[in-house]
Amino acid sequence: MPLRFAVVVFPGTWSDHDTQYALSGVLGQEADLVWHRERDLSRYDVVVLPGGFSYGDYLRAGAIGRFSPVMEAVAAHAEVGKPLIGICNGFQLLCEAHLLPGALMRNDSLQYRCVWVHMRVENAETPFTLACQPGQVLRIPISHGEGRYVADEETLAELESSGRVAFRYCSAEGEVTAEANPNGSMNDIAGIINDGGNVLGLMPHPERACEPLMGSEDGLALWLSLLEWAKVRA
Amino acid sequence: MAIDQRALDAIALSRDEYELIVSRLGREPNEVELGMFGALWSEHCGYKNSRPLLRLLPGEGAYVLTKRGEENAGAVDIGDGVCVVMKIESHNHPSAIEPYEGAATGVGGIVRDIFAMGARPIAILDSLRFGPLSDAHNRYLFGGVVGGISGYGNCLGIPTVGGEVAFEDSYTANPLVNAMCVGVAPIDKLVSAKAEGEGNLLMLVGADTGRDGIHGASGLASRTDPQARFDELRPAVQVGNPFLEKMLMEACLDLAGNHVDWITGIQDLGAAGLTSSSLEAAAMAGCGIHLDVAKVPRREEGMTPYEVMLSESQERMLITVRRGHKDDVVALFERWEVPWAVIGEVTVDGYARIYDGEALVADLPIEVVVEAPEYTREPVRPPELDEMQALDLAALSDLTDASAALLRLLASPNVASKRWVYRQYDQSVLTNTVIEAGADAAVLRIKGTERGIAVTTDGNGRYCHVSPSAGGAIAVAEAARNVVCVGAQPVAVTDCLNFGNPERPEVYYQMKEAIRGMAAACEVLGTPVISGNVSLYNETGEQAVYPTPVIGMLGLLEDVSKHCHTGFSAEGDEVFLLGAALEQPAAALAASEYLKLEHDLVGGRLEIDLDLEARVQRTALAAIRQGVANACHDCSDGGLAVALAEMCLAGGLGLDASAAPDVQRLDAALFGEAQSRILVAVPADKREELLTIAQGMNVPFAYVGRVDGDRLRLWSVDLPLTELRDAYEGGLERALEG
Repeated sequence: MPLRFAVVVFPGTWSDHDTQYALSGVLGQEADLVWHRERDLSRYDVVVLPGGFSYGDYLRAGAIGRFSPVMEAVAAHAEVGKPLIGICNGFQLLCEAHLLPGALMRNDSLQYRCVWVHMRVENAETPFTLACQPGQVLRIPISHGEGRYVADEETLAELESSGRVAFRYCSAEGEVTAEANPNGSMNDIAGIINDGGNVLGLMPHPERACEPLMGSEDGLALWLSLLEWAKVRA
Repeated sequence: MAIDQRALDAIALSRDEYELIVSRLGREPNEVELGMFGALWSEHCGYKNSRPLLRLLPGEGAYVLTKRGEENAGAVDIGDGVCVVMKIESHNHPSAIEPYEGAATGVGGIVRDIFAMGARPIAILDSLRFGPLSDAHNRYLFGGVVGGISGYGNCLGIPTVGGEVAFEDSYTANPLVNAMCVGVAPIDKLVSAKAEGEGNLLMLVGADTGRDGIHGASGLASRTDPQARFDELRPAVQVGNPFLEKMLMEACLDLAGNHVDWITGIQDLGAAGLTSSSLEAAAMAGCGIHLDVAKVPRREEGMTPYEVMLSESQERMLITVRRGHKDDVVALFERWEVPWAVIGEVTVDGYARIYDGEALVADLPIEVVVEAPEYTREPVRPPELDEMQALDLAALSDLTDASAALLRLLASPNVASKRWVYRQYDQSVLTNTVIEAGADAAVLRIKGTERGIAVTTDGNGRYCHVSPSAGGAIAVAEAARNVVCVGAQPVAVTDCLNFGNPERPEVYYQMKEAIRGMAAACEVLGTPVISGNVSLYNETGEQAVYPTPVIGMLGLLEDVSKHCHTGFSAEGDEVFLLGAALEQPAAALAASEYLKLEHDLVGGRLEIDLDLEARVQRTALAAIRQGVANACHDCSDGGLAVALAEMCLAGGLGLDASAAPDVQRLDAALFGEAQSRILVAVPADKREELLTIAQGMNVPFAYVGRVDGDRLRLWSVDLPLTELRDAYEGGLERALEG
């Protein structure tokens, strides 16, 4: 049985088709594009909030999108423990909606950045990283202007001590260095999970790295992890 | 005569043109009507000066689906029922005044041209030219333009995959900002712009109409008085809303892709706003329109019919809705949360009747308004051409320190890596990008097929300045060569012709010669010009920009997996130069980057052998398609040494060419910019295959060296990759520090 993915489309979302293509075109799963006015996501196994500029990111990335009708259903989906992933703008939305702690601020360069980065798997026991080795380095593109992860000291300490930093920017060799951090994120954080372990937010775009022709297949690891997680749970 | 000169100046019409309007109408036009004439008879919309010259360019080809100039963009059949739609357009004048919004709305406008045809935009390219970065105002324009492209394009979710950036004195205060967009559509879903069918409804969708951009076409882009232009005309620059454009795009693509039977046409509102879009859409079908400006949603109160008809507010489209499908179309736009308004309907009498509620404010025969007069001028060869071409390059002393010269060249902003620019652009959204910005051309796959396309833009104002005709031909040849180097067959061109004031005979000469050169190259290389745009009056004070035709080239890969990269990929590969010997005469330094940078000279005379060019391109393409080539790169700006350094840096591998036979002039051999040269790296066991292909095509070639280690060694050049990388990748950023 394929997994059923809801790929939520806000006005201004643009990674919806890419995510659907990776999930159904490459991996053969069921992936529906769900318009942001939908209020019921209970039929889906996994919800993805893809990248883009919801409502143009006017005011602040994700600040308006979090009030979309679908967001209550997104919260309900997380509440029952089902996997929820926010990628890029989706990560920003999850932080704005307080489904994840912290915030994503303007890149320290004050410029948009679209480059290939490396990120290290810091916790290989989440539903999103089961298929990875601890410390495995994934090569995946980023594309954002507001991706600098910030949180207060207490939150950062809590994230670090409880294994909730899922991914950290690193060099190709897996070294965490200032040069490898593309946006100035605190603790070089590229992705985090919630305290329940079922909500992931990350800035890099795994859906863009699912075929050799696109320059990398490393993004598949996230989706394959979810398939494995579903099998283990069944 | 009642009309005064100031009223005519405001819309850039001449006294003679006014007389012509009166005689064609049989009466004097009122204010609204005159404004409409001004817009449609502007150079920007009416191509008064350029139309006779544009006819020189071939426009037809077996795969071309559109007639140039008739639709919003040109379309080419690429097989498997899919077509590629593309166009390039300038936004030079708005960007000179307000760089961020000027460039942003340039992107917005060209993207609308593509989705107006029902094609999903899959790539944006930007060809940019500025004055030197040593000047603070040029740095401001550069930063603003790049920021505007990034801000608008990224928000739309369309990758910006390529383009070019160049710096020359002549573009100071008059930057060139040319944006190209490429889209794909199923051939049977292509949509026309036509407004036809009596009683069908004209629906304006997207943004409200404001006072921004009035006189953009007539005043800003076509004005003959450059002195006054910049400060006075700031309000003529539009302000963009990329979020609304994104919603408008999705709604229009939904309409075109799934419900094309509900409409007869989709037309973008660009230059001259509602006036040009509605009249041109009706003219295309030989119909008329009845339009009520009172029904146009406004951004501000108190706008006159004149202002509504001439506003260039962005993010608006005009849809011709078939009777009986109004409710369907309304529901579709409401679902996408895009505002709409029915503002009129199609008639059959060929007249544009514009009302303001009950009052008739304009009543014009459309045929007369859309037919701008045409001017053929007498070209005069600029006297300085002879002087420039007579420059004795052989009298220059040869270089003494080749390594140092190479490092300076690699670090110069024209040659240095443009990574600082393109890392601000989303290049991979839509997951089609196989080769990203920074290569000879970008490669994109076409989902649902095995095919791919290669796209690039190319132009060289300095070349056209010293040899207008050869320069025009070289622009086409180099663009074609670039798509060949990634493994694509060149198939079609979209062009953006940037020149000064055509009323000056010397500028007209440059235009005519450059276009003749382009036409010759397009014929020989089999690449018709399917769409384009002309931008004239690019001047500051009395000084025109370098004549700069920019070529957007489309190439086709039957099998996208057979693409080729720039970088060396394997030690031991052997590197060959196709098209020429290593030795070059001093004349090869003509108009080169080296000549400008090291000698501060612009001169010499350019030549290109188009027949050789075609054979060299066929050789390289065959080598890639037959799996012989491991790497391939065009040898152009900066010459052989720069091209080899780029191949080393892109692949992270060095080259040993220290055994290359001695040459008379090191400067010409290393940095000369002779045309029709391509570098190819092949595994040692495939060298004979390459040479067999080259000999079969009667193409000269020369052995350069062997991929090896982490240094570039070429005659007296001997540098580690780290030093090359620092110069090449840090050059632009250091120049930006001022």
